[in-house]
Amino acid sequence: MPTIVVDVMPKAELLDPQGKAVAGALSRLGVDTFASVRIGKRFELQVDGEVDDATLAQVRQIADDILSNAVIEDVVGIEVVE
Amino acid sequence: MTTRIGVITFPGSLDDRDAQRAIRIAGAEPVALWHGSHDLEGVDALILPGGFSYGDYLRAGAIAALAPIMSEVKDAAARGVPVLGICNGFQMLVEAHLLPGGLIRNAHQQFIRRDQRLRVENADTAWTSEFEVGQEIVIPLKNADGGYIADADTLARIEGENLVAFRYAGINPNGSLDDIAGLANERGNVVGLMPHPEHAVEPGFGPATPAAMRSGVDGLGFFTSAIAAVVAQAA
Repeated sequence: MPTIVVDVMPKAELLDPQGKAVAGALSRLGVDTFASVRIGKRFELQVDGEVDDATLAQVRQIADDILSNAVIEDVVGIEVVE
Repeated sequence: MTTRIGVITFPGSLDDRDAQRAIRIAGAEPVALWHGSHDLEGVDALILPGGFSYGDYLRAGAIAALAPIMSEVKDAAARGVPVLGICNGFQMLVEAHLLPGGLIRNAHQQFIRRDQRLRVENADTAWTSEFEVGQEIVIPLKNADGGYIADADTLARIEGENLVAFRYAGINPNGSLDDIAGLANERGNVVGLMPHPEHAVEPGFGPATPAAMRSGVDGLGFFTSAIAAVVAQAA
């Protein structure tokens, strides 16, 4: 069954308190390799049947309207995986 | 005629009964409404209460903003019916695009509960007319996702059009931009804020004041303002 993966990230210019907290924890553990951490969301939508252009258009629509809030987040990827 | 104010209960609402009680104390009749219905039962004003609707899954208020009754709420807001969103209700209003901007996790990552000083910035709304601009009030604040954000253009418009209803005074408890605690729409009938006016309406149960413990009733003005707005509309 094909799966469509939608990735959503907090907008780059906005504060990401969760990412900041993880970055703080890494630095306390002595891990200093990474300049910053940002946390986003991954949605996996299983499709009952074939993925066609109409399905993808529908996914783009709900990614913008429901899965993300354009005020605070960006949809950074929509990908079909098997 | 008694003013009828509806309070919508969503799965995970916590402060719906407190809002009903505040309405009663203010002298209006509370009407319990249900998220899954399409019937506002002809109420004169609406409150979206605090809580954690749908467990705050996806984003705080996001799934509640898609509830069946929200299409009627949007129509009512467009007609000028007074609508107040408290805490989770404020989050629903921004998710439903009835107010601009968004709310994210508190900057310090923690749930916070405190009696919060607010400065009234706009007393020309349906829910703030009983206050005066510059007046300071104290009502409880309790949330995890109270950080108000908007992009620079939106923020400039909000400030330019005087849409900030309340600002945090003393300290900014959650990293909200411009210390924004509450907003109004252009028409002034829709207001949303993170702190809880319904928890400061009855002596003995409100925040402490210099006069006495738990004597604060600064939240009452929200509800009496709405009653005045409804009466003025009907006249």
